Amino acid sequence: MLLGFASALGLWHLTTATLRLPMFEKIAPPLTVFREWFNRAPAFGVSLFTPVYYEHIGYSVYRAYTAFILAVALGVPIGLVMGWRRTVYRYTFPLLEMLRPIPPLAWVPLAILMLPGIEPPVIYVTFIAAFFATVLNTLLGVLSIDRSYFRAAECLGFSPRNVLLHVVVPGALPFIFTGLQIAMGLSWFALVAGEMIAGRRGLGYMIFDAYNMAQIPTIIMGMLTLGVLGYGSSALVRLLGRKLMAWRGL
Amino acid sequence: MWQGLAGIALFLGLWQLGSALRLPMLRHVPTPLEVLVQLASAVQSSQYWLSWYVSGRRVFLGYAIGVGLGVPLGLAMGMSRTFHDTSFPVLEVLRPIPPLAWVPLSILFWPTMEQTIVSIIFLGAFFTVVLNVLGGVEAIDENYRRAALSMGARPWHLFWRIVLPATAPSIFTGMAVGMGLTWEIVVAAEMIASIQAGLGFLMWQAYVGGNIALIIVAMVSIGLAGLVSSSLIWLAGRRLTPWLRRT
Amino acid sequence: MNVGAGALSIRRVGKIYDPDAARVVALDDVSLEIPAGEVCVVVGPSGCGKTTLLNCIAGFDAVSTGEISIDDELLAAPGRRLAPGADRMVVFQAGALFPWKTVLWNITCGPVLSGRLARGEAEDRGRTLLARVGLAGIEPQYPGELSGGMKRRVEIIRALLNDPRVLLLDEPFRALDALTKSVMHEALLELYDLSPKTILFITHDLEEAIFLADRVAVMTTRPGRVKTIVTVDLPRPRDYRMLSTRRYGELKQEALEAIHEEALKAFAAGERELA
Repeated sequence: MLLGFASALGLWHLTTATLRLPMFEKIAPPLTVFREWFNRAPAFGVSLFTPVYYEHIGYSVYRAYTAFILAVALGVPIGLVMGWRRTVYRYTFPLLEMLRPIPPLAWVPLAILMLPGIEPPVIYVTFIAAFFATVLNTLLGVLSIDRSYFRAAECLGFSPRNVLLHVVVPGALPFIFTGLQIAMGLSWFALVAGEMIAGRRGLGYMIFDAYNMAQIPTIIMGMLTLGVLGYGSSALVRLLGRKLMAWRGL
Repeated sequence: MWQGLAGIALFLGLWQLGSALRLPMLRHVPTPLEVLVQLASAVQSSQYWLSWYVSGRRVFLGYAIGVGLGVPLGLAMGMSRTFHDTSFPVLEVLRPIPPLAWVPLSILFWPTMEQTIVSIIFLGAFFTVVLNVLGGVEAIDENYRRAALSMGARPWHLFWRIVLPATAPSIFTGMAVGMGLTWEIVVAAEMIASIQAGLGFLMWQAYVGGNIALIIVAMVSIGLAGLVSSSLIWLAGRRLTPWLRRT
Repeated sequence: MNVGAGALSIRRVGKIYDPDAARVVALDDVSLEIPAGEVCVVVGPSGCGKTTLLNCIAGFDAVSTGEISIDDELLAAPGRRLAPGADRMVVFQAGALFPWKTVLWNITCGPVLSGRLARGEAEDRGRTLLARVGLAGIEPQYPGELSGGMKRRVEIIRALLNDPRVLLLDEPFRALDALTKSVMHEALLELYDLSPKTILFITHDLEEAIFLADRVAVMTTRPGRVKTIVTVDLPRPRDYRMLSTRRYGELKQEALEAIHEEALKAFAAGERELA
């Protein structure tokens, strides 16, 4: 595993610093990036020690998580109902399948026109990305529940509320959490684009701004930060899933 | 099926009603009818179809390279433990970086804008495909391998006749998902990277020019393009894996 | 709720499936009278409709012709289907213990959630029954941690705790190895001796059928009909040593002749299990 990282870093260093390959000339070598990153007084104003770095992170995290939570709060119930009740499914699934392929970012212009301010459109675009993935996976999760469990619940005399609580939700949970991990990834994906297009602060904006001002190390810093945050967020969701589904064992 | 149409009709009806009632959110948004009118005129303009072609070409190129590199890599990672352990961590670190975050760096790296866009699309398709293929290889029942070996199969045989067909469904799933993703990316990339043609550009132009109905037409077109291309992949996949068909 | 002793009456029941307009006659004129407290085992080749019959009695499926009643109350008739309930508890073939709940919750949820029993009392009864079949102490575990045999016993106890009038078992021990199966048989009969319920047990294993049953009903291949009924006059409580007695051998021979013919027919027709 370390070998992999080492070789990747080595390759990066090789192409940018040692060999200075033609296309790689504008890209900063790893040492430059890390020197900036860990610098108390960075040349371009952004490093682990500057508050503006954390400001960008804060904004991005706030937007990504707000949108994600909204998507889950709306998406899971809708997905559950669609999977559980055949009639609801028949009325809503075609509509869903029509709206879902529209890329989240294609919503940006419309979102800017429909929602006031700067934050809501960005959050909305991120929300859309996470929402559809959540609904779909929740829906599939309910549909994946073995019919026998529903029949057992019938014999046992469960009320509809009990069926929902004790069969539908726990049964769909594995799929729901797969969907949540995907949704989390999509949130970050859409967020960055949203910030680049319409944002003012945030990591996507930071990258774009750095690009406009030819501050290459900052670009790479932003990218790697996004990678870490994205990975950490998915890991969090995975952890939460493992706790809630303790019955799955290891 | 008619219930589905009823649902869609209800959605459109509410939209029309909202516009008529001058709801604040829909103030700048045209009515469904206006969108339809715009759609009719777009379908007749050559620029519209040119946009399809330009975006489609980028998608196809980036996607093809992504699949061309992703499938072998996924297979290699699945079959060789050492290779997997070396490359997987690196991939897992790079994968969460949203493809669009690569845009500025790519612009600096690639000589032309076209190459930049294609490379971003490549990234999007690549990671998805690798992951799916890897999952597919790891899921192959050990017994298939053992059965083949006991019948005297050689490594090459093993690969072509066992691993590849068994992984085929995952390969196609990965390809279909990757395809849907690439359309999302191309739109965003076109909007961000000040490109002069394509569906994303068309939409941005419409926004800048205040033609909201055209924005919606472009949105729906892009969605349709993504749907059609991933469906084609699905169908191709099902044709090439006849053994999966249920009797 | 569970008044009455549980006498099951199946009169001329027929079931026709219509998948894509290819009429499949699963059951054709099945008649069976099961007195209260009897263990009736239905055997037959794959696809003969025994699971379909069980589904109709349980209330998962409707009948096309004929009637089913329990203690003279109508359960099923053409156009009429009583919803499934605790009076006709089912033990499912592939197992339907909720994997995300503990053993204790699984066995007590029926009576507790519907208010028939207080939680404390339900749990006490549950623990007693579990101990009875050698499963003392597993209450806090999840089904995923249990072996196949343990899960089947838990599921039977879950059914029994709901005090059904009829206990319906759909090839419950099919997936177990022969040794575990015999342990299961003894566990089931142990519970039966404790409180005799009417039991309808479906299987394709003839030896299992004779060992457990008061009467064995042999079904024909599709369309399913009751071909013959073998009365098992072995004394209760049953003991595994009875398996090597002459009487057991005679009974087995009698049933074998009936079922072997059907098995060959089914094999030739390439039957696959329906629903």
